[in-house]
Amino acid sequence: MDATTFFQNCVTGISLGSAYALIAIGYTMVYGILRLINFAHGDIFMMAGYFTIFAIANFRMPWYIAIIFVIIITVLLGVAIERAAYKPLRQSPRMSIMISAIGVSFLLENSATYLFTGLPRAFPQLGFLQTVFRIGEVSAPIVTFITPVLTIVLLIALMYLVNKTKTGMAMRAVSKDFEAAKLMGIEINHIITITFIIGCSLAAISAMLYFSPRPMVYPFSGLMPGLKCFVAAVIGGIGNIPGAVVGGFIIGIAETFLVATIPSMTGYSDAFTFVLLIIMLLFRPTGLLGEKIAEKV
Amino acid sequence: MPMEFTNKKLKKSTKIILTALLVIACIVLTYMLDKGIIGTSYSVRIVRIAVIYSLIGVSMNLVNGFTGVFSLGQAGFMAIGAYSVGIFTIPLASRPNVYYLVPISDKIAEVIMPFGVALLMGGLIAALFAALIGAPVLKLKSDYLAIATLGFSEIIRAVIANDQLWPVTNGSLGLKSIPGFDSLFVPVLISAAGIGFMVLLIKSSYGRAFKAIREDETAAEAMGINLFKHKEMSFVISAFFAGIGGGLLACHLTAIDSNQFKIAVTYELLLIIVLGGLGSVTGTVISAFLISFGKEYLRWFDASHSIGAWQIPIFRPGLRMVIFSLLLMAVVLFWRRGLMGRNEFSWDGIYNFLRKWPWRWHKLTSGGYKAEAKAKKAARSAGKATDRAASRTKRAEKKAARTADTEEKKGVDNDAE
Amino acid sequence: MQSNAEVKPNVLRVSDATMQFGGVVALNNLNLEVNKGEIIGLIGPNGAGKTTAFNVITGVYAPTNGAIYLNDNLIISNHPQGKMKELYAGENKGKYSDVKVLTPDRITKKGVARTFQNIRLFKELTVYENVLIAQHVKLKANLLQATLKLNYKEEKAMHQETLRLLEILGLLDVKDDISTSLPYGKQRHLEIARALATEPQLLLLDEPAAGMNPQESDELMHFVGRIRNDFNLSILMIEHHMQVVMGICDRIYVLDYGSLIAEGTPTEIQNNPKVIEAYLGVDE
Repeated sequence: MDATTFFQNCVTGISLGSAYALIAIGYTMVYGILRLINFAHGDIFMMAGYFTIFAIANFRMPWYIAIIFVIIITVLLGVAIERAAYKPLRQSPRMSIMISAIGVSFLLENSATYLFTGLPRAFPQLGFLQTVFRIGEVSAPIVTFITPVLTIVLLIALMYLVNKTKTGMAMRAVSKDFEAAKLMGIEINHIITITFIIGCSLAAISAMLYFSPRPMVYPFSGLMPGLKCFVAAVIGGIGNIPGAVVGGFIIGIAETFLVATIPSMTGYSDAFTFVLLIIMLLFRPTGLLGEKIAEKV
Repeated sequence: MPMEFTNKKLKKSTKIILTALLVIACIVLTYMLDKGIIGTSYSVRIVRIAVIYSLIGVSMNLVNGFTGVFSLGQAGFMAIGAYSVGIFTIPLASRPNVYYLVPISDKIAEVIMPFGVALLMGGLIAALFAALIGAPVLKLKSDYLAIATLGFSEIIRAVIANDQLWPVTNGSLGLKSIPGFDSLFVPVLISAAGIGFMVLLIKSSYGRAFKAIREDETAAEAMGINLFKHKEMSFVISAFFAGIGGGLLACHLTAIDSNQFKIAVTYELLLIIVLGGLGSVTGTVISAFLISFGKEYLRWFDASHSIGAWQIPIFRPGLRMVIFSLLLMAVVLFWRRGLMGRNEFSWDGIYNFLRKWPWRWHKLTSGGYKAEAKAKKAARSAGKATDRAASRTKRAEKKAARTADTEEKKGVDNDAE
Repeated sequence: MQSNAEVKPNVLRVSDATMQFGGVVALNNLNLEVNKGEIIGLIGPNGAGKTTAFNVITGVYAPTNGAIYLNDNLIISNHPQGKMKELYAGENKGKYSDVKVLTPDRITKKGVARTFQNIRLFKELTVYENVLIAQHVKLKANLLQATLKLNYKEEKAMHQETLRLLEILGLLDVKDDISTSLPYGKQRHLEIARALATEPQLLLLDEPAAGMNPQESDELMHFVGRIRNDFNLSILMIEHHMQVVMGICDRIYVLDYGSLIAEGTPTEIQNNPKVIEAYLGVDE
């Protein structure tokens, strides 16, 4: 692989990785607080993609308004799902709530098929994001360069929120010990809602960035990225936000280079992600940045 | 008729006769469907699917519902079974037609097996994979286990569609011209045998050990049950029957490709067993039938309907699955135990269920429910009165204790000075 | 049943068992012996490490350092490894070179059964099923044989044994009730019945009298003595109810902050100043 191709792939990989990172953060935060793998998160991402299409193509909003609109609608969807499908099951065994998440995922995919038909829909131009940009020999749509930068900025903002604000401290308390946090007077529903708001906004932003350079959105376009991003969260250490970002980058870059170096493996990129997961779970289940939790008998 | 309802048990001989009648009825029904005496070929298709999904559903319930292990790998094992049957039963003459892009591998070009052998082999290969996968995966915590089994399911699917294996699996073109069933009895009997085996297993000491693991792993271990060994047993047997089910599915569809074994299939199975009741074999079978028939009858929602000249906009393709998904969410949220909870079919259960209706009618007409409500209310107010009295005495006691304390403290302070 | 103390063979010997979690030493150098037919008490203030000791003996935790012998056979042994090598704050670091770790089910198969402080019954199963499941450990048939009912004689014996145990423990009338619907005292009896179903030689009871009033504790005390005789057991018992401990134990070990501070007969322990200090604080 010559230098140009290498850098081209680096850029693509890092960009893909950051899109994954934003989604992975949503998974890791929800898991940290509710101990739930939100199977529906990938589908929320997919719905955000559709919302963008509708905002721009059908409602003809200017792109800067569309972005805000999409984020708000996606957040509303996510919070509604939490209230309707996860809150009632908080006291139930873990399997129940995971089954509920799977049910929601199923519902979202079928609803999307019904509402938007199964045919792929073209993703519109978001302002200048899709204009091609050149740095030296490497060219790609602007969005490819913006994505990693935006991700890092959002990550820093999020880490500040989590570590330096009172809300963030409450979130950390809830993720360490649910019951104790309640006893200390922390308003649990409030914290959970905030977690979902953050996770869904990031997913919406990621959707707009991810789908921009891609031609189509279809009802199942969230399923695979969703699962891959959960894998990313596990690789980084589930419950650890910087870890999710690291995991996202690892998966994005690995996937890009795999397809670039061995083109025949394109159909395998999904399976490859799972191979990474299995290896991770076998040798370091707490992830790269995670911490060990001892269980008391 | 007494006011209190007591459950009665049927005589053992009655139960045996009833069971025999039921079995005969099923056989007769299957025969009639098979020969076309009742039903259409369409409904026979649905019965076949229902029967196959019953088997796979029970296999999934064995691991998830009875052993408490959250495994989402069923689709992968189904694929292994389906492809085993597919590859080895396509008639030799049809093979070049099927493998038109990449010719079939020499090693298997001439290998053809009778359906039963291919089916059994499919189950065994699936079981073998499960044994290999189980070793690392079953030691993980439940959340990770779910994702790991899901991952393996996808990996298996990717391997099947793999470029290198085109000569064997025909890659993304899939397999067709798979010979179908000779008669309806084939899937019905195989499925019944499989479910029967799993029911016997659940009733045996090993089945009880599985339930112990589901209830409390730490206690089960303390009772001498090796967690890993038993989870692996459950997992491997489940995979075996999922493979058999997959093989049956291949025969039913006569054409398969790897896209039919995506994760969505496992999700659907999961929702079937949740609807029926995690931990009830009867529930799974009922649920499989309900959903197979239900999905077909829900097609009404997919067609366009009009009132006069106005075409109601809601009705178009896809509505059926949305309603289906909503129904399943309703079960998950409001009816977590599913249809049967953890109960199984029993003649006593049905007998007492039927007996209760005339008793309920009698209670209603003779004012029994009103009297009950009155008694409840009286008990509640009596309870409240005693609570109030108790809290009054408690408050008095506390007050007395506090005054005693302050007296004591005063005394101590005086001493310390 | 009282025989010469020196003649009783040794059933359990805990040798320098230390359990360290990260930097916290939960159990420090415990040395303990149970001889055949004895009822041994393990007492100490809350958090002293008593349940940790049970968990080490039954294989739930591998000890950081130390060894366990059953009938003079080494069954568990470990020494500080990996990170723990630097962190280890206990004694006898170099003494145990073998590494032998067993899972709890293997320990039970060797004849050591236990009950749990927080009652861990199989909640949604019946009383009968709870005891029946505990017989699984003795099963000789493999999965295929058991499924196809080829071992019907074994099954029948298991059912009979279950009924017998339920009768001895006074649970026969509630055998088809869901285990959690029983009153608390009966649930404790059920836990013991379940442990007995595994046919142990050594029974570890974790606070069997917890939550009982004085009359119930008294009954339990006699009950423990009876099962020791009827089932030919040796018993190691964690307990806070002093009347039970002093009433029935042959010897007592006292733990405080993970370390053994006293051992001896009930009379010796009652008068031991260190014990009094640990439980009641310094007397002024």
